[in-house]
Amino acid sequence: MSALLDPRLDRADARPVTVLIRGAHALDPRAGLDGPADLLLRSGQVAEIGAPGALEAPEGAELVDAEGLHAFPAFVDPHVHLRTPGREDEEDLSTGTRAAAAGGYCAILAMPNTDPVVDSASVLRSLRDRARTEARVPTGFTAAITVGQQGESLTEMAELADAGAVAFTDDGLPVRSGRVMLQALQYQRLAGLPLALHEEDPSLSGDGVMHEGNVSALLGMAGIPSVSESTMVARDAQLAAYEEGQVHVQHVSARETVEVIERAKAAGTRITAEASPHHLLLTDEAVKDLDTNRKMNPPLRTEADRLALVEGLRSGTLDCVATDHAPHSHEEKEEPFELAPMGVTGLETAFAAIHTDLVVPGAIGLSLLVERMTAGGEPFGIGVPTLAKGAPANVCLVDLASEWEVGEAGYESRSSNCAFAGRRLVGRVRMTVAAGVVAYRERSFAIGAV
Amino acid sequence: MRHLLSVDDLRREDIERILGRAESFAEVAGREIKKVPTLRGRTVINLFYEASTRTSASFGIAAKRLSADVENVKAQGSSVDKGESLKDTVQTLSAYDPAAIVFRSPHAGAAGLVARWTSGSVINAGDGKHEHPTQALLDLYTLRRRAGSLEGLNVWIVGDVLHSRVARSNILAFGRMGCRVTVCGPPTLIPRGVESLGCEVRYTLADLGQADVVYSLRMQHERMAGSFVPSLREYATCFQIDGRRLASHQWLMHPGPVNRGVELAAEVIDSPQALITQQVESGVVVRMAVLYELLAGGPPAGPTEAGARRGGISGARAGETTEPQPA
Repeated sequence: MSALLDPRLDRADARPVTVLIRGAHALDPRAGLDGPADLLLRSGQVAEIGAPGALEAPEGAELVDAEGLHAFPAFVDPHVHLRTPGREDEEDLSTGTRAAAAGGYCAILAMPNTDPVVDSASVLRSLRDRARTEARVPTGFTAAITVGQQGESLTEMAELADAGAVAFTDDGLPVRSGRVMLQALQYQRLAGLPLALHEEDPSLSGDGVMHEGNVSALLGMAGIPSVSESTMVARDAQLAAYEEGQVHVQHVSARETVEVIERAKAAGTRITAEASPHHLLLTDEAVKDLDTNRKMNPPLRTEADRLALVEGLRSGTLDCVATDHAPHSHEEKEEPFELAPMGVTGLETAFAAIHTDLVVPGAIGLSLLVERMTAGGEPFGIGVPTLAKGAPANVCLVDLASEWEVGEAGYESRSSNCAFAGRRLVGRVRMTVAAGVVAYRERSFAIGAV
Repeated sequence: MRHLLSVDDLRREDIERILGRAESFAEVAGREIKKVPTLRGRTVINLFYEASTRTSASFGIAAKRLSADVENVKAQGSSVDKGESLKDTVQTLSAYDPAAIVFRSPHAGAAGLVARWTSGSVINAGDGKHEHPTQALLDLYTLRRRAGSLEGLNVWIVGDVLHSRVARSNILAFGRMGCRVTVCGPPTLIPRGVESLGCEVRYTLADLGQADVVYSLRMQHERMAGSFVPSLREYATCFQIDGRRLASHQWLMHPGPVNRGVELAAEVIDSPQALITQQVESGVVVRMAVLYELLAGGPPAGPTEAGARRGGISGARAGETTEPQPA
């Protein structure tokens, strides 16, 4: 079992299943798969791949008739807020990882901006212990760059790395001080983990609550300018190059930021980046009605920014899709826009939303989407799921023709602040196998034992 | 029309109808008994989460002149101080079945939220830096009474546009009535993207002579803290409207309260071109017209409760309601 899992990922103990997935359209660009196939999952691995109908189900195996469905390598989300410890009323390890499984994810990374902050090995260890009894899908934990995310002194990074942290991040807040960022990059030589960066200049963001532009001018809201993000990314890309360190830029939102990352990559800097479904699909026009389920940081920006993100995803300047799944309670989101907290949920809708708005209209290809949805662990040294024979069994079955309304049947997440609430989407995850274990199965999706 | 949340929701004919009705209420205001019975037995709640003199007083007087019962609720000293959420406060007050809630909040869009939570009509009396639609309506009313037609007038809105809900509502309102709107102020106090509201932007008063109307905004002292302008002295040097800058053919307006010697020099405040006092006076009749529009009128003569009782009053026949019947 443990060989199937990165030792830094934890989940509740479960028995690997033997499943024969028959007749799905297997699509895995990395393994060169794109066509109908039978997949036999056994002992936690992709044991066999064969032509449709070619594989026989072994004794006791479950048989899944996947005719008309697509089988993808399951997804990896490097950016999830599980709100535990501290706000278990909004999400906990169980509900958050169930939401992940329902979205087709086989692994997620949790952010450390909890209460208390994950800034010591003892907090990290207690979280890992809980994940071993509560997490539905393998979960990695990140730790803070600075103590209490205060931006002042470095956490005990070597000990945290030793205790199994996957990365360091002060997500939710930028590392304001250039000096502290430089020291974190220097210390990386000892602790050895990438720094995942929430990038904004607090003096430029001010008390902004949405993108600074036409919509903020109309609504009289304080704006967060694009350059608040891009100038910090430029700073940190240069610091990373200077210290030969590795950084990962979280939730890129602005065209200028894509340009900065593109240049840094071209110059050989070890920099990766992620984009969220909401930034790839929505603009600040969607905030005009002051729906607090569209309030997040960084904010939704303009159509030009959105198109630059899509192009960045296509070109690989943006390495992966990350949801920045950020649950908030109903009461908090019912406040006036300026008072409501930043953040939206997205695990259960990420694939379907991007499929509906980018793949179906032809803006990007399906295999590109699968590549970017599965690549989230790569910057952190977590293996990319694949359907190749012998690989750990990480598979999701998706009905690309199924249309559904977001939220109509509720959410697996404990919170409902989904940016796509009420939208009709095309593409439904029917089943997710994570490291050999069935982590999610749509209720109506029958599985027959042989 | 059920709520008045934003000038953006008003078509030109809606504005014309409301201004026309305000004219007829002005006639009532000139009589000895200033009341009409239109809203007798109905309740208007003034819910103010922010300090206000003009707006809250004039809404209260307007509602009383329409014979409504008026209840004033201020955030200070209410359950809001005990941590009650806006939603709970609104739902509590809604249980008293108000015909309308007049709502002021320091937060943009809050009036829209209130509208979702109550069955009554909601009038936005100022939401953060977003909008103050009744101020815009009374400004249109005041100017139209003096200038006749608004069509083609050149309006300059001068000062702190960034923090001004009055500016936002007025850019939209003057624009809708066919005026050409220019905003002018220090670049740090002009919001990025403001042109998208339908105005031009200038950073000096050099061309102020083009204006038919100079609409000066309040320069709040607390803006100094955010270093939006280097000093009030420099602000006054560059943007104060004084006797030298204000030409004799120009009307001067200001939403009040005025900082004498900052945005306006004393000589222009007291000049005959200044409509500042008239703006305050217009507050009552325009707010009567808005209350009437939402609670008793509206286009075309819908069989609303009050309208039906009075024989289906349409906008065109609104004059009927101004019969001074002692309440």
